[in-house]
Amino acid sequence: MKIFRTAIVVGASSGIGEAIARQLVVQGTRVALVARREDELTRLASELNAVHPNGAMTFVHDVRDFASAPKVLDQAVAALGGLDILFYAAGVMHLIAESEYAFAKDRETIEVNLLGAMAWMNPTAARFESVRAGTIVGLSSIAGERGRRGNPAYTTSKAALTTYLEALRNRVSRYGVSVVTVKPGYVDTAMTRGLRGLFWLISAEEAARQTLALARRGRSGFVPRRWGLVALVLRMIPSWLFRRLNV
Amino acid sequence: MTSDHMDGRGDPRFESGDGHDGMDAPLRVSEGWGRAVRSVSRYVVPRSADELAEIFAAASRAGLKVALHGGGNSYGDAALNEGGLLVDTSVLRKILAWDSSRGTATVEPGVTIEDLWRRAIANGYWPAVVPGTQFATVAGCAAMNIHGKNNFRVGPFGDHVESFELVTPRGERLFCSRTERAKLFHAAISGFGQLGVFTKITLRLKRVETGLVRVRPMRADSLSECFDRFEENLDDADYLVGWIDCLKSGRDLGRGVLHRADHVRAGEIPGLPLALDANGQSLPTHILGLPKSEAWRALRLLMNHSGMRFLNAAKFHAAAFPQADAPYLQSLIAFSFLLDYLPGWKRAYGPGGLVQVQPFVPHAVARDVIREILERCQARGLPSYLGVLKRHRVDPFLLTHALEGWSLAMDFRVTDGNRAALRALADEITDLTLAAGGKFYFAKDQMLRPSDPGRIFGAAPLAEFARIKRELDPESLLQSQLARRLHL
Repeated sequence: MKIFRTAIVVGASSGIGEAIARQLVVQGTRVALVARREDELTRLASELNAVHPNGAMTFVHDVRDFASAPKVLDQAVAALGGLDILFYAAGVMHLIAESEYAFAKDRETIEVNLLGAMAWMNPTAARFESVRAGTIVGLSSIAGERGRRGNPAYTTSKAALTTYLEALRNRVSRYGVSVVTVKPGYVDTAMTRGLRGLFWLISAEEAARQTLALARRGRSGFVPRRWGLVALVLRMIPSWLFRRLNV
Repeated sequence: MTSDHMDGRGDPRFESGDGHDGMDAPLRVSEGWGRAVRSVSRYVVPRSADELAEIFAAASRAGLKVALHGGGNSYGDAALNEGGLLVDTSVLRKILAWDSSRGTATVEPGVTIEDLWRRAIANGYWPAVVPGTQFATVAGCAAMNIHGKNNFRVGPFGDHVESFELVTPRGERLFCSRTERAKLFHAAISGFGQLGVFTKITLRLKRVETGLVRVRPMRADSLSECFDRFEENLDDADYLVGWIDCLKSGRDLGRGVLHRADHVRAGEIPGLPLALDANGQSLPTHILGLPKSEAWRALRLLMNHSGMRFLNAAKFHAAAFPQADAPYLQSLIAFSFLLDYLPGWKRAYGPGGLVQVQPFVPHAVARDVIREILERCQARGLPSYLGVLKRHRVDPFLLTHALEGWSLAMDFRVTDGNRAALRALADEITDLTLAAGGKFYFAKDQMLRPSDPGRIFGAAPLAEFARIKRELDPESLLQSQLARRLHL
């Protein structure tokens, strides 16, 4: 079981990222909150600092500003006085209509969900390789298991993120660095609000709790675990059949 | 990447792609040769020496400090730059000119000692001074002013450099020799890469009649006997190196084997091939029956006090077989490049790597100080696993590590458990050495403290170096991790 004294949560202003940040601070971890929306960040930080003085600090940053990721990372590490774990929880999911082809949405999806993760994880992995310790957690999704007609860019971004995390893990595990891929199923956040046909829905707090449990063990997994079975079945369905299904 | 970014502006290696003030050069984790220190820095690979000025300018705009990285054979942090930019000069590797009658070569900074001897040997030349590995670059050897096993006889690497061109952080190209800009010549050699980049170095090699040396091992039963036998051979030996068993104590303290080597002259041994070609110079492919590339794994099993006690004793006794002190012939590379003999041997030290501590001690007090150092290592339970004794002489370079005296290079294994004790031991050795008027060597160093350089070099040379540095590099752009650690 790992103990995290210092953490960075990218995408901390809402959803699972916010829930992770809250739980970390309550557990005594010093957390750098990174997100685009300053007012949301400030609100969360002041709430958390009321619980634990100096438990949270804020860094306003748009994950699509790839070039400044290493700088914000350096600033956050300096402010925290070290870094034990990075959570990348930034993500967008646009609703794509049946016959809509929207490159602007696709591009933003890839930039936020994938390229932003690479921009953050590359310098973090280098730092962790250098010090021979550390944990990187990427919030991927069950959605990355197959290319789904309902959301090509989102499923692509998560499939690519999953592969990238695997490659990163294979790269740095020999240096004592853990890379954890977390694949939630349906989570009740702003991202999923209004969607129909959701099942096994869990709260962001529960998703965060299970994510932290995986991170402490340095193990990748589905959240909750039973989605692993769904993934297994999903992956076995042949393409000619999958395209006829309503998923 | 396209080739039309000639002025560097807009070159993705130097500039950010989207106009922010930074550098998009990739990050890299680099480690010192001893694998005990690592850092993350951006790095850039220049395509030619002409790009160096632009790289300096781009780094300055991006607010990044610059350090130079050649072969990466400095043991500690001399070629590292946490949070800054590393310029990889090892790719600038052309031999620009070779005069086979005079034995002079003009080379780019990344040309290695191996490149040099491979070119020169057929003409009967060999680098006058070589380090323990042939993979060091000429620029690195000059910047660190390295020495070989013949330091007592021919001086350091810098004594054989005739001239060089130095590209300064401001982009000037300065030609330096003993007659032109002589002060800068003597400061940049030994300047540990803090004054500029050597772009063209002209050096003089030495004449050899064969590619062989006659090696005579000499066993010595104690430290004072080591010194005695060393001194008996000083006047006429070409090379002298002593291996000391640092694990032996009491009466056997400092026992070891000295190796004297002399160049074999043509016709000295009738019928013997001269070995003046690259094929005549080879290292064994198998060691103890293991393929060479994997042999370090066997060493890994011995990497503890008792294993090393065994190995050191085996070396001592093996020197008496088949016949005590019998001379044998060795190729120049097999004798010179001991560090290359067993590839990857440093990996046997495990994940913590190794640090080397090499005190240089004045002749008058050397026997006592080195004895004291060996005893302190043992008292702290941290005997060195490899000890190498050498004789040195003074040289005219500004920040020289050499003196009229002796050095004992000691390798220490670093583990999570011994870090604090090793730190304390290194401080103790440093204080003992400096109190005796001794010195240290940046190519090896990882343990010195900011207060030490003033005592090593003296206030005046250090102030002179700082003055030259300010003149050539007012914004202190060139700054290795070692320079920052020692506040230089």
